[in-house]
Amino acid sequence: MKLKTLTASILAVGLFGAATANAGDITVVSWGGAYTKSQVEAYHKPWVAETGNTIKSEDYNGGIAEIKAQVEAKNVSWDIVDVELSDAVRACDEGLLETIDHAKLPAGADGTPATEDFIEGTLYECAVANIVWSTIFAYDKSKIKENGPTTMADFFDLKKFPGKRGLRKGAKVNLEFALMADGVEAKDVYDVMATPEGIDRAFKKLDTIKGDVVWWEAGAQPPQLLADGEVTMTTAYNGRIFNAVAGEKKPFEIVWDGQIWDLDLWVIPKGAKNKDLAMEFLKFSTGTKPLAAQASWISYGPARKSSGPLVGKFATDDSIDMGPQMPTNPKNLANAVQSNFEFWADNADQLTERFNAWLAKS
Amino acid sequence: MRYLAQQRNFMSDSTSPILTADGTPLKTKLAKTTRRLRFKALLLTLPLVFFIIITFVLPIGQMLYRSVHNPTGILVTPNFAEAIQEWDGEGLPDDRIVELFVKDLAVAKKNREIGKTVGNLATRINYEIPGSRSLFTSTGRKAKNITEGPYMDALIKINKKWDNPAIWLSLQRASKEYTASFYLAALDRKYDEKGEVVMADELYQIYIPILMKTLWLSAVITLICFLLAYPVSYLLSTLPMKTSNLLMILVLLPFWTSLLVRTTAWIAMLQTEGVINDFLVFLGVIGNDGRIQMIYNMTGTIVAMVHILLPFMILPLYSVMKTIPPTYMRAARSMGASGTYAFTKVYFPQTIPGIAAGTLLVFILAIGYYITPALVGGNDGLLISNLIANHIKSTLNWSLGAALGTILLVVVLIFYWVYNKLVGVDNLKFG
Repeated sequence: MKLKTLTASILAVGLFGAATANAGDITVVSWGGAYTKSQVEAYHKPWVAETGNTIKSEDYNGGIAEIKAQVEAKNVSWDIVDVELSDAVRACDEGLLETIDHAKLPAGADGTPATEDFIEGTLYECAVANIVWSTIFAYDKSKIKENGPTTMADFFDLKKFPGKRGLRKGAKVNLEFALMADGVEAKDVYDVMATPEGIDRAFKKLDTIKGDVVWWEAGAQPPQLLADGEVTMTTAYNGRIFNAVAGEKKPFEIVWDGQIWDLDLWVIPKGAKNKDLAMEFLKFSTGTKPLAAQASWISYGPARKSSGPLVGKFATDDSIDMGPQMPTNPKNLANAVQSNFEFWADNADQLTERFNAWLAKS
Repeated sequence: MRYLAQQRNFMSDSTSPILTADGTPLKTKLAKTTRRLRFKALLLTLPLVFFIIITFVLPIGQMLYRSVHNPTGILVTPNFAEAIQEWDGEGLPDDRIVELFVKDLAVAKKNREIGKTVGNLATRINYEIPGSRSLFTSTGRKAKNITEGPYMDALIKINKKWDNPAIWLSLQRASKEYTASFYLAALDRKYDEKGEVVMADELYQIYIPILMKTLWLSAVITLICFLLAYPVSYLLSTLPMKTSNLLMILVLLPFWTSLLVRTTAWIAMLQTEGVINDFLVFLGVIGNDGRIQMIYNMTGTIVAMVHILLPFMILPLYSVMKTIPPTYMRAARSMGASGTYAFTKVYFPQTIPGIAAGTLLVFILAIGYYITPALVGGNDGLLISNLIANHIKSTLNWSLGAALGTILLVVVLIFYWVYNKLVGVDNLKFG
């Protein structure tokens, strides 16, 4: 009897092992909502169809805490993660990520080698950018029918446009917006912020609207706040507002003045269980065609120059041209700031503390 | 027992010890049996003890250890860490100490071992001196090019910031294995340029005010829960079984819904264009411009949290009230006590164990909650748990998060001790 159960269990384990040996499986982690949907359509489905592997998609809310916890515990279940630039640089500096050899990235569809095809400043030691996204502000056209806000100063003008404002909870992006509303030119914003007086100036400007602010934390909240009529204007990730307009026919209008654009990148945590397969997925998803394809699901700009001409119409509504919706469209870049990751990597902790203290004082 | 009684009757004035059936003295036999029973009981509890040790004591102990353990300096720059301890803190360190620093930095830049990278040291010093992160990472990249002294001059040539004693003092502190800096930060204090302990800048004082606010808010929520739960529990315990079971299901129903669903339901109800405001405008009680702000402020937090924590107060109260025989009240009334007098002198004191259990439970839960206040509290939704979560999730300053958590734990234990003195832990009953 004992020998029978022993053989049976060995067979079972062997079969189980054999069954899982053939199909590759990676865990891809991203931000959820409309953004993850665009990645599933443009990267996951084509890759799965082409290679026969499977993808487990997980959502998270940003930050590198989970990566740090997994790498330190030497039990990494995430194979590839979509992170913000400041997180990518910080995690790389702390040895939490695998290095990526840029020479292995495929050339663009027009033959340009990867290192020249990617927009400047989108390739890093441990990270490869996939999209350019932006924080903008938006308002409801049906509530403000004419003479709507056109500049960042309008966002802070409670007299001209009464009503509540939505802002992301945290110092990042809000300090830049405050300074631009106070008259600082886009190219000087970070120089001003490098001085203590500059930071004081930003907080003073924020004080002028503090009582009328609704603070949001998740990307899906701003379109909801606008739809509910809870706020008159709100900052938001441009892609989320676009999806509310294009997908749900909401009458929202984006104001590109003072937009702060940033990158999202793929990183592979150190010691990821399927890091070779994850690397294959990375190479595939940052190719020319997939990046252009993702731009047809959500209005985030592809990080490769060769993808630009391939950006077409919105996937579910042919009448919408995606080109003008990109943060990198020249028309939208008139008064734009690129988020300075060095500044935030250095000062995020301290400024967040100051912001929290400021928030708590009512 | 009957046998013992018989024995005692027989030998009432005898001085020889009582013997059991097999001749051993009763006392020893009793002691042996008691020991054996106790040992069996201990064995039965051992699995639970191990479970609590592994899932509770060890992880919490590890977190507490993190709040004082400060290995970064020693791991990243081992030789420098040893040498810098000899520096007296005046001016700038000697060049031979700086040489060790530069050499250790070059080695750390080459390795990319977790915990031993330049980035780790950069982050650590950045906690105390913001802006130093990029200083360390950029210097780390150039450290291998510095091949000969004077090393301090070479560093200052790379970046003038190295000419600041504050950075070296901070490095000296970061190179000790155990440190109090995280507890200082958690109590809104810091080391100044000379290395003395001072209060942090007023603009950055946040932890103590928020801790006080959290405790106060939790107390308010506990009180409101108590006032609302007492009549409900009384009703549930005095109604006939059938009706009270039905009502009990209504009390427990919220538990079966996700916490986030309940919180967002409140958002839909309380917002300025929400259900309640729309209804009041429809009735004409308020004008369209006079909508009440019930959310993204303290009101919203209190309403949502009371809703979520109410069952935790109702259930212990209900269990205790169920065990109180109705005869006592009747007896008190029959002896001439008025309704109020009977209630305060006879009924209420008997429910105190339930009240003790309920308030303790609700208070401790309220202190730890942060999702609900974050979603509905607006400016007022920042509680100490949000800050701890922020440090664990975003700034990755796990040591500061651990220090804050320890302080919270100590505060709660102090409360519990005071509570014990007033009410008595033995008086705690869950039913």
